[in-house]
Amino acid sequence: MAATTTQPARPPVLPPPSGRAGFGGTLRSEFTKIRSVRSTYWTLLVLLAVSIGIGAAISAGTAANWSHTSPSDRATFDATQASIAGLFFLGQLVIVVLGAIVLTAEYSTGMIRTSLTAMPRRGTVYAAKAVVFAVVALVVTLVAAFIAFFLGQSLLASTHESATLSQPNVLRAVIGTALYVTLCGLFAFAAGAILRHTAAAITSVIGLLFVIPILAHLLPSSWYQDLERWLPDAAGRAISVTVGGQDPHLFAPWNQFAVFAVYTVILLAVGAALFRKRDA
Amino acid sequence: MIEVRGLSKRYGDKIAVNNLSFSVEPGKVTGFLGPNGAGKTTTMRLILGLDYADAGTVTIAGQQYAQLAYPMREVGALIDAKAVHGGRSAYNHLLCLAQTNNLPKRRVGEVLELVGLTEVARKRAKGFSLGMSQRLGIAATLLGDPALLMFDEPVNGLDPEGILWIRNLMKALAAEGRTVFVSSHLMSEMEHTADHLIVIGRGQLLADCTMEEFIARSSGQTVRVSTPQAEQLAKAVAEAGGTVLPGGGDGALTISGLIAAQVGDIAFDHGVRLHELTVVRASLEAAFMELTADSVEYRAAENGQGQSPEPGQAPEPELAAQGRSAQGQYSHEGRI
Repeated sequence: MAATTTQPARPPVLPPPSGRAGFGGTLRSEFTKIRSVRSTYWTLLVLLAVSIGIGAAISAGTAANWSHTSPSDRATFDATQASIAGLFFLGQLVIVVLGAIVLTAEYSTGMIRTSLTAMPRRGTVYAAKAVVFAVVALVVTLVAAFIAFFLGQSLLASTHESATLSQPNVLRAVIGTALYVTLCGLFAFAAGAILRHTAAAITSVIGLLFVIPILAHLLPSSWYQDLERWLPDAAGRAISVTVGGQDPHLFAPWNQFAVFAVYTVILLAVGAALFRKRDA
Repeated sequence: MIEVRGLSKRYGDKIAVNNLSFSVEPGKVTGFLGPNGAGKTTTMRLILGLDYADAGTVTIAGQQYAQLAYPMREVGALIDAKAVHGGRSAYNHLLCLAQTNNLPKRRVGEVLELVGLTEVARKRAKGFSLGMSQRLGIAATLLGDPALLMFDEPVNGLDPEGILWIRNLMKALAAEGRTVFVSSHLMSEMEHTADHLIVIGRGQLLADCTMEEFIARSSGQTVRVSTPQAEQLAKAVAEAGGTVLPGGGDGALTISGLIAAQVGDIAFDHGVRLHELTVVRASLEAAFMELTADSVEYRAAENGQGQSPEPGQAPEPELAAQGRSAQGQYSHEGRI
């Protein structure tokens, strides 16, 4: 505004600007957004509750029933997987809701227009949103995974089959499950960017992550075995197993995880392109 | 300061903005007028880069909006006061906006104070009335202390108190040397605030002139007299070349083609007693409606509701327009 020196001078109310509005400020802004709405707390609370509660219930049930458990079942019992099953099965449903809402709520409320007026560099807004969501989701899922793990193992102590983090694959399964659930959330975030509608985004992600794998089971088994490793949910199954051999039709755990990560990255890129290109 | 050049935008088959060019000069209140559906909001969205133009360019201080180093320090724009996440408190709403432009946190408290929302700062925006939402939206525009403010229909749907507040605020902001670019479909809103007018209809520019030019251009004056000898005066006026317009009622005549002094002289010459002699200027509203008559999108089918009055016909005393607020005769067009 230096050009308009004919105007009467207003006393400066702001420090002089330096640089330009960028990623740092937008990151702080997105963190303020996510922490200032109740839906975040509700979904994360539900996530913690189902992850820890169901893990504990399965662990306690197993321990109570241990004397009646057959030796073959005992041999294949995966104490780690049992304790984090709640996070794995239901946590991903919950995180999908939060991941989708992070962006679609801006469309349903109209906030997106205000957001993009404040920060018109859309790539920056999109990236900041995705990063803030991913960090929040990862922190909460890690907390959920470790609490569920330790609580589950203490409930399983009487079986003498409880796991410790130093055992092979256990740490990978605990952290990997949290990462997988976070990735499900990012997958939903990208779907939200593409569809711009909460219900549509949640429905289609649940379809892709949960329903298609179930339908795939109906295929002739040789087809399914060829297909299995390319399904999005295979990552979670591969990464959470600690006992017994890997499913021979799947890639090694982290490779299988990478398949889903690639899907998510592609979806995020499509979402970013559309977010930048479309009228808000 | 805002330079719009050859701007065009279509949504599907509908041309919203058609080869529109104008500029908004610094330090003035520029009224952006047009009937509903004229393309005012679209133009503002294009200026802000919320929508992408099919053709043409918009620059603000020489740059595209998205390229501005700190957009909120340059432009404060309010397009839709309800474009807020209802679950977020007023304070957090403003905070998250301020943070994008690295504005200090204290500024949030300052603008809340400025618009009188300090007491409800921690309340969720969901419970806000339209007036409060409007204040919150305006608070957001002031965060960056910008030299240019842009409001889309800021008084639409507000109660008289809210309208008065917005009007005074716009005047105060302009008095501080800021540029205010404000849209409305009501001429009466602009009459007392705008220095410059940009009028559009069906996405095209209809007028770009100062308020004085618009007034001068608007259809001429008429003279209203009231007299116990109406018939006699009407005859004399007609002989002198004036036109007596239909209507007017008992003992009153509305005369065009003659100025007040001429009418007074004629009356005197013919020994006609006058009880009233008033100069009536066609209201700016009438002039505006005349200008945009062909470009009104939706008009009532019956009674000629949406039609413009003929020049000089149905003239209104200048002051009448002042009393007519958003609740006035055009409020049925408020929302489509």
